[in-house]
Amino acid sequence: MIELTVNGKRHSVDVEPEMPLLWVLRDVLDVKGPKFGCGIAQCGACTVHLNGEPVRSCSVPVSAAADQKVLTIEGLAQRGQLHPVQKAWIDHEVPQCGYCQSGQIMAAVALLGKNRDPSDKDIDAAMTNICRCGTYARIRTAIHAAAKTLKSTKA
Amino acid sequence: MSSSFRPSRRDFLKVSTALGGGLALELTVPVRSLAAEAKAPELTAWIVVNPDNSVVIRVARSEMGQGSSTGLPMLVAEELECDWTKVRTEFVSTAEQIRRNRVWGSMATGGSRSIRDSQEYLRQAGAAAREMLVAAAAQRWKVPASECDAANGVITHTPSRRKLRFGQVAQGASKLEPPKEVKLKDPREWNLIGKPAHRLDIPDKVRGKPLFGIDVQLPDMAYAAIAQCPVFRGRLVTVADERIKGLRGLIKVVKLEDAVAVVADNWWRANRMLKLLAIEWDVGPNGGASTESIREFVRFGLEDSSVPVARNDGNVEAAFSSAAKVIESEYYAPFLNHAAMEPMNCTALVKGDRVEVWAPTQNAESAHATAAAVAGVPLENVEVHLTQLGGGFGRRGFQDYTHQAVAIAKAVEGRPVKLLWSREEDMQHDYYRPMTLMRFKAALDSGGRLTAWRVRDASHSIMAGVRPQEIKEGIDRHALGGIVDMPYEVPNLRIEFAMRNSHVPVGFMRTVFHSQNPFMRESFVDELAHAAGKDPYEFRRAMLQGRPKDLAVLDAAAKSSGWGSPLPAGVHRGIAVQDSHGSYAAAVFEVSVSGAGELDIRRVVVAVDPGYVVNPDSAEAQVQSCVAYGLTSVLWGEITLKEGRVEQSNFHDYRIMRIAEMPRRIEAVFVPSGGFWGGLGETPLAPLAPALCNAIFAATGKRIRSLPLKNQGLRLA
Repeated sequence: MIELTVNGKRHSVDVEPEMPLLWVLRDVLDVKGPKFGCGIAQCGACTVHLNGEPVRSCSVPVSAAADQKVLTIEGLAQRGQLHPVQKAWIDHEVPQCGYCQSGQIMAAVALLGKNRDPSDKDIDAAMTNICRCGTYARIRTAIHAAAKTLKSTKA
Repeated sequence: MSSSFRPSRRDFLKVSTALGGGLALELTVPVRSLAAEAKAPELTAWIVVNPDNSVVIRVARSEMGQGSSTGLPMLVAEELECDWTKVRTEFVSTAEQIRRNRVWGSMATGGSRSIRDSQEYLRQAGAAAREMLVAAAAQRWKVPASECDAANGVITHTPSRRKLRFGQVAQGASKLEPPKEVKLKDPREWNLIGKPAHRLDIPDKVRGKPLFGIDVQLPDMAYAAIAQCPVFRGRLVTVADERIKGLRGLIKVVKLEDAVAVVADNWWRANRMLKLLAIEWDVGPNGGASTESIREFVRFGLEDSSVPVARNDGNVEAAFSSAAKVIESEYYAPFLNHAAMEPMNCTALVKGDRVEVWAPTQNAESAHATAAAVAGVPLENVEVHLTQLGGGFGRRGFQDYTHQAVAIAKAVEGRPVKLLWSREEDMQHDYYRPMTLMRFKAALDSGGRLTAWRVRDASHSIMAGVRPQEIKEGIDRHALGGIVDMPYEVPNLRIEFAMRNSHVPVGFMRTVFHSQNPFMRESFVDELAHAAGKDPYEFRRAMLQGRPKDLAVLDAAAKSSGWGSPLPAGVHRGIAVQDSHGSYAAAVFEVSVSGAGELDIRRVVVAVDPGYVVNPDSAEAQVQSCVAYGLTSVLWGEITLKEGRVEQSNFHDYRIMRIAEMPRRIEAVFVPSGGFWGGLGETPLAPLAPALCNAIFAATGKRIRSLPLKNQGLRLA
């Protein structure tokens, strides 16, 4: 049995230790926000936070998450309030098909957690997730907007 | 390569295409009355008005990111005069669609047709429902309906200022006969259409809600992973499963004609066990095919002395003999993979003689027909639940994965099974954008005017696989899109078509032939302009005088980009124009290229005339999306083959644009001229490749005649 905390809730899962975290989340724990896109850590659709760090869960064995804290898009809203990044995503109409957006949002939240005021270059470096619909211009705008919101709420 | 290739077509395609579009024609199910069907007060088949004034507007077309699940309800709501903030949507059920004799019309989602093909009946449905609501209110007040108005979900009796909300009269209205004829608003009276609206699907998408086919979760569900014959049109011979017997989670190994599936208790286990199988394939006669051999096979169409002629205006040979200048060029575009972010998947449950399917498909009716055929049950015994699509781009109009899912579900009857392809399967089993070659020969007179143009197009044909009846006397006009119907006035024009179908399956991919043919046509027009010593914009203008809409977008792109105005040192412009999918587009690129081949795309201006813009916000998003999708193809896109199989396998070797590579300055310029409804999901892509390549020529003197650019010594700065 492997124990892990997902979005604040403890789970015990009886799976192979090498099973990727993504598939434990999706197929065992029914947490469907993280998406399968490539299976080789290329596209980032499966991005979740492991102890606050963004990881590509398709390529992280669940054993590496044992007794750790996993945060997925489902756990981002607090007390029913969307995270400022999610709000910015709505305000700027970012998603098109939306499939990659859970991963994009988790990557953006991680970026803003480390860097309160990311430059375009910082965004380029941190946001390596693939969006086939090409929502990149709006992702950039929304990250800058969320950064402003975060600054004003924490000031 | 010999010409023994036959059109690539898998057996299941016959099913999906034979039954897909014209499904209802095959049906003889009785039509029930709308009133008998309705549980909630339904006003026309499209609209349900609840007592709390909330409105459900049904959507028959798939949502794959293009935003039509917001745009289509806007069309209904515009005429319905409901409160837009209280609108919800639901996808229509294919079972209901069949029971009700296809009351929702086509469910096919492709060719940028959702809005333009359904706008009239959707607006009429909204108007009819509004009249029914007004009539019900007028009856209650015992006043003439002509004294009543509807706005924002409220009906007002103007003389007495009495008011009723839609929800208060919906029940009564639902019992009225819908009016036979309705008058639609003049576009000047529109309140919703043409104003930015928040997309209805976005709030769920930022919450990570389980909306997609891959997210379907059912009690006792099993999971299937699949390996398909790596060489197209090959067959499964045997599979040895000794190594996986007794392994954890195994439910069943299912053999299909050209594939093997492992069914297990989760997908990861299924996929892991799949890799442990020893599979023997009969790859058939195509096991030696390579990109080079296929290219030579297609290229033979350029040399063939006898091919059908699609258009022959004037006399090109006479014009060539009297020409001041003759220019010849050959162009090439490779196979491309769609690479939707959500890999192909489908969930199916076969129980006795009933089939239930959950599918991210661009054609739920075609999925329905496929499921019925594969399970061998009547259409009435099938239900397809349409999910959101994690991208489609034309790929999800094909039903190969639906076919497989139902076949696998049959093998584990009574248990729902979710089939999911790995990215590798998705990359190597697509219906690829067709490889195309074109040879041009053109004549200029002493004044630099284009007097003659001969086109020889050698291409795979998509229609040969999906609608062969559309090929007339060897000519596939679909494959000649943008060529046979080019907007330019050319006094002598001859267009020849050589259909060259290899074993590689080909299909519709965003903008389809208008993604490669305009690259060739508009790059060559640029060659002609330079040969004539004329400005490429003015050269085009002169030949578009009979085509005001093409001319207007060309002018709009030129004007917005400041065509002709000075640029910083080293920065150069390129221009192109192309109508497609019922709309008109032109693009201008500004680029600089370093001596080392580093390409800096500094500005992209795309002018579009789609007739009307329904949701400007989604429209702008589609332009941005076309830039990302189109440039990905131009810069890196290439599917190659070796030993009959696709060499690329995942995103590491099939590169997709990322945020750092997206041009920063993309300007969408909408010049809707009204009076027609065009598509928007594909048209903006059409002029991008040639406008970029023409800018590269302006910057470097190097003419790009073969894509992608990575093979031409160019990379992004």
